[in-house]
Amino acid sequence: MVRSLFSRDLFAELDRLQREIQQAFEFSPSIRGFGRGGFPALNVGGTPQTVELYAFAPGLDPASLEVDLDRGVLTIAGERKAKLPAENEKAAVHINERFAGRFRRVVTLPDDIDPSGVSADYRDGVLHVSIKRREAAQPRRISIQ
Amino acid sequence: MSETTSVTKETQAPHDEAALLPPVDVIEDATGITLYADLPGVPKDKLNLQVEADTLTIEAEVSLAMPQGMEATHAEVSVPRFRRVFTLSKELDPGKVTAELNHGVLRLRIPKAEHAQPRRIDVTVA
Repeated sequence: MVRSLFSRDLFAELDRLQREIQQAFEFSPSIRGFGRGGFPALNVGGTPQTVELYAFAPGLDPASLEVDLDRGVLTIAGERKAKLPAENEKAAVHINERFAGRFRRVVTLPDDIDPSGVSADYRDGVLHVSIKRREAAQPRRISIQ
Repeated sequence: MSETTSVTKETQAPHDEAALLPPVDVIEDATGITLYADLPGVPKDKLNLQVEADTLTIEAEVSLAMPQGMEATHAEVSVPRFRRVFTLSKELDPGKVTAELNHGVLRLRIPKAEHAQPRRIDVTVA
């Protein structure tokens, strides 16, 4: 496994660098989540009835993903194997940016969730966990007698 | 001629539109280059791969099934688009690129042209 020391296209590299800096400051949308948690990137949202969580974790075996909900704390853990060639193979790694290894992310959920109403699916490399809120906690209109 | 090009360029997705830079792995071996790109949330029909002259462009759009009326409270992926451009070198054969998308990971294989493949020359004793 040989890493190239110099990139061949300097202008493309400068362009990439510029875009990375721009992204980091303007919208902070880096998928690698610089200083913002790491792998996998998480998006969390909610509706009055549910809490929705999206983990951007491509290239995983769904069976190896561990999703646990314990006392209002949701944990997503798993491992992503590196696809890089072995040390002895005659191949050069020019770019190596993708995450590899074990990962774990923990999210505290709101108080009004129903631990029995959790569903999770993995599609196109995104783990989507949907957690229902308790009936009693849902907003309702009180009719005036 | 120049007019037509400008028209086609306008109809394409604007290039200054914000897009994420997907992380990639690029591995070169004797017969070609393998590229892996993380494109989570991208279905096959939203992935656009283009090889034009010596430029490889990966463009993809994220499509998530979101319930109606969902309000985001925390977003680390805030732009639903990926774009990355690579310059291919001469010995690569852009006509033979193969691509597969599996669980949000794109695997591109770009073989080297026949003449650039390593070959062993047998030495005969005269």
